[in-house]
Amino acid sequence: MVIVLAVIFNLPQTLTVAGKTFYRPVIDFSLLGRRFSRSLDLKLGLDLSGGTHLVYQADTSALPELDRPKAVEATRTNIERRVNLLGVSEPLIQTAKVGTDYRLIVELAGVTDVNQATSLIGQTAQLDFRLAKVATPSSEADFATTGLTGSDLRSAQVQFDNQKGASQPVVGIEFSPEGTKKFADITSKNIGRQLAIFLDNLLVMNPTINSAITDGRGVISGNFAVDEAKKLVIQLNAGALPLPIKIIEQRNIGATLGSDSIHKSLVAAAVGLVIVWIFMIVNYGLKGLLADIALVVYILMSLAVIRFIPITLTLAGITGFILSVGMAVDANILIFERMKEELRWGRPLKAALELGFLRAWTSVRDSNASSLITAGLLFWLGTGPVRGFALTLIVGILVSLFTAITVTRSLLRLVYGR
Amino acid sequence: MAVNFMKYKWLFFSISLLVLIPGVFSLIKYGLRLSIDFTGGTLLEIQTPAADFKKIASDQNLELSSVVSSSDNTYLLRFKHLDATGSAAFKAAIGPDVVEKRFESVGPVVGAELARRAVMAVGLASLAIIAYIAWSFRAIPKPYSSWKFGASAVVALLHDVLVVVGLFALFGHVYHVEIDALFVTALLTVIGFSVHDTIVVFDRVRENLPKMPRKTFSQVVDFSLTETLVRSLNTSLTVILTLTALLVFGGESTRWFVVALLIGITSGTYSSIFNAAPLLVLWESKQK
Repeated sequence: MVIVLAVIFNLPQTLTVAGKTFYRPVIDFSLLGRRFSRSLDLKLGLDLSGGTHLVYQADTSALPELDRPKAVEATRTNIERRVNLLGVSEPLIQTAKVGTDYRLIVELAGVTDVNQATSLIGQTAQLDFRLAKVATPSSEADFATTGLTGSDLRSAQVQFDNQKGASQPVVGIEFSPEGTKKFADITSKNIGRQLAIFLDNLLVMNPTINSAITDGRGVISGNFAVDEAKKLVIQLNAGALPLPIKIIEQRNIGATLGSDSIHKSLVAAAVGLVIVWIFMIVNYGLKGLLADIALVVYILMSLAVIRFIPITLTLAGITGFILSVGMAVDANILIFERMKEELRWGRPLKAALELGFLRAWTSVRDSNASSLITAGLLFWLGTGPVRGFALTLIVGILVSLFTAITVTRSLLRLVYGR
Repeated sequence: MAVNFMKYKWLFFSISLLVLIPGVFSLIKYGLRLSIDFTGGTLLEIQTPAADFKKIASDQNLELSSVVSSSDNTYLLRFKHLDATGSAAFKAAIGPDVVEKRFESVGPVVGAELARRAVMAVGLASLAIIAYIAWSFRAIPKPYSSWKFGASAVVALLHDVLVVVGLFALFGHVYHVEIDALFVTALLTVIGFSVHDTIVVFDRVRENLPKMPRKTFSQVVDFSLTETLVRSLNTSLTVILTLTALLVFGGESTRWFVVALLIGITSGTYSSIFNAAPLLVLWESKQK
C-alpha cells in the first residue's frame, strides 16, 4: 500500500518535470556494455513538422538473389551519405522488403523542396581517384584528378593483412582491364605520393602509394577498424555498382499545414479533456474527481512513454491519443457502476469499493484485450502513420489500465479508507 | 425491473436495416471513392489565385482527374500520374504566386498492396476476436456455447463496419469524401471498440446465467442489458464527447477520420445492445 502510494506520488512529480523542456533530464547511461540514451524529445511525424516522404523501388533484377540484400544495403548507405549533405536533422532511411521487391523509404523532416531531394538522392555515385599535389593536402584544391573513376572498378572487399597481424583489416580493390592499365600507369609514376579516393566529391581516404601496381589489384591499408573497412567497401561497391532506383511514392507536406494541425489538435484535446472531467464529476461526484486525477496521471504517463520509446507523433497518432483520453475513463466507469450496484444490493461502503474493482475486472480485461488485438493487428499490418496510431493506442490502453485501476483504487482507499 | 428488450428485437433489427440499406445501396451503385493511397496517382494541394487548371494541364499533356477548391484559394488537384519535374512545370505555368502545400504521389503497386492489407486486417481482426471471446467465455455453463458469443459479437462488429463503409460510399457520392489509409485505421479502431461494448453486456450475461437458473435465456439477457445499460452508454458517451470535440475544434485533415470514428462508435454502442444480444438470444433459443 505504502509502496504503491509512493510510486504513484513519485511518478507524476518526475513526469511533470519530463513535460517541461527546461527541466527535462537526458537519459544516457551504459548498462552491461550497451549504451542507453534517450533525449526524451517529442518526435513529430512528417505530417506535423512538414517534410518529404519518398519511397524508392530498387531494381535488383540484374543480381542473383543472394546478393540482393547486400546491394540494397549498399544503396541505403549511399543514399544516407547523400542525404546527410542536405543537412537534414535525423533523416530516416529504411529498407523494406515487400514480397520480392526491395524498397527504400526516405523521410526528410523540414525538406519541402522535393526536386532538390529527389535529384540529390537519384544521382549515381561518383567515385574517383585523385593525386595529392602537396605532401600534406588540406583542401580539395590540393588534389588533381587522374581520370581513374568508379567505372574502372570491378569490386572491393574486406581482406586481412597477414604481415601486419591477422586482426588488421584492409580493403582490397580490383580494377577492370582498362582500369588496370590506368592504375598501373598512375601508381608507377607516383610512388610515395598520396592517391585519394573521393566519393561524390567528398574525401573518403587518402592512402599512400607504396609500390607500382600492374595486376589491377590494390590494397587500401589504413589503420581501419573492421567496421570502417566494411563501410568503405560498401561505399566503393555502391559507387561502382549502384542499383537503379525508381520513385514509387512521394509525399510532401508543407510546414504550415502541420503547425496548424498541431494547434487545432491541442485545442480539441483540451476541450475533450474538460468535457470528460465534467462528465465524470457530474455522474460520479467525488469518485469522478478521483478518476479525473487518475486521468491526469494517465496523460502524463502516456506522454512519458511516448517520449521514452520514442513514438513518432503523427496527426493520426494525436487523434488516437485524444481518443484514448475518452477511453481511459472507461475502466473507471465500469468499476464505479459496479460499485453503485453493489451498494444498491446492500453491501457496506468499503466492501462495495473493493468488490467494484474485483467484479468489474473481467469485463475491463476482456474489452481491453479486444482493443489490444485490433491495435496489434494495425501495428503489424499497417505502414507509416497507421503504425504510429496503433502504437499510441496500445500505449494508451496499457497505461490506462494501470492508472484507472491502480491509481484510482489507491486514491479511493485513501479518501474512503479512514 | 428488467426492460423487455427482446420483445422489440425485430424493431431493433429494422432500425439497423434502415441505416444499412441506403449505405449498401450506394456501395453497390456508386462504389467507394478510393484515394490515391489505394489507386495510385498524384495529389497536389496548392494555394493560388484562381486559374484554369484543366486547360494548363491539357496543354502540358497531364491527366488532371479532379479539382476541389477549399477556403483561402486552396485547391486540391488530382492527377493520374505526375512526377516532381512535371509538378514544377505545372506550377510555373499557373503563375508566380503558387504556394505548394502538399504533394503526394503513390505508385499503383503501393496502392494495391495497401488495399490487400486493409482487407486482411479487417478479416484477421474479426477472427482473432471470435477466438478470444470463445476462449475468454469458455467457462459458460452448458448448453450455451462460447463460440456463439464470439460469433454474435463479430456479427455486430461487421454490422458496424458495413454501416461506416456504406455511409462513406454515400458521403463519397454526395460530398466527394475519399477512402484513404486513415479510414482503414478508423475502421479497425471501430472494430476494437464495437467489441468493447458487446463484451460489457456479454460479461454480465455470463455472470448472471448461473445465478438465475429458472429464467429463460432471453430473460437473463434482458436483465443483464437493463443492468449494464447505464455503463454501456456512459463508456461510449465519454468517447463520443471527445470525438465531438475533435470534430468541432480539430483540423481539416482529420475531419473525415473523426467522422468515421464517430459513426462507427455510435453504431458500435447501438449494435452491442440492440443487435449482438438479441442475435445471441435468437441463436441460443433455437437450440431447444
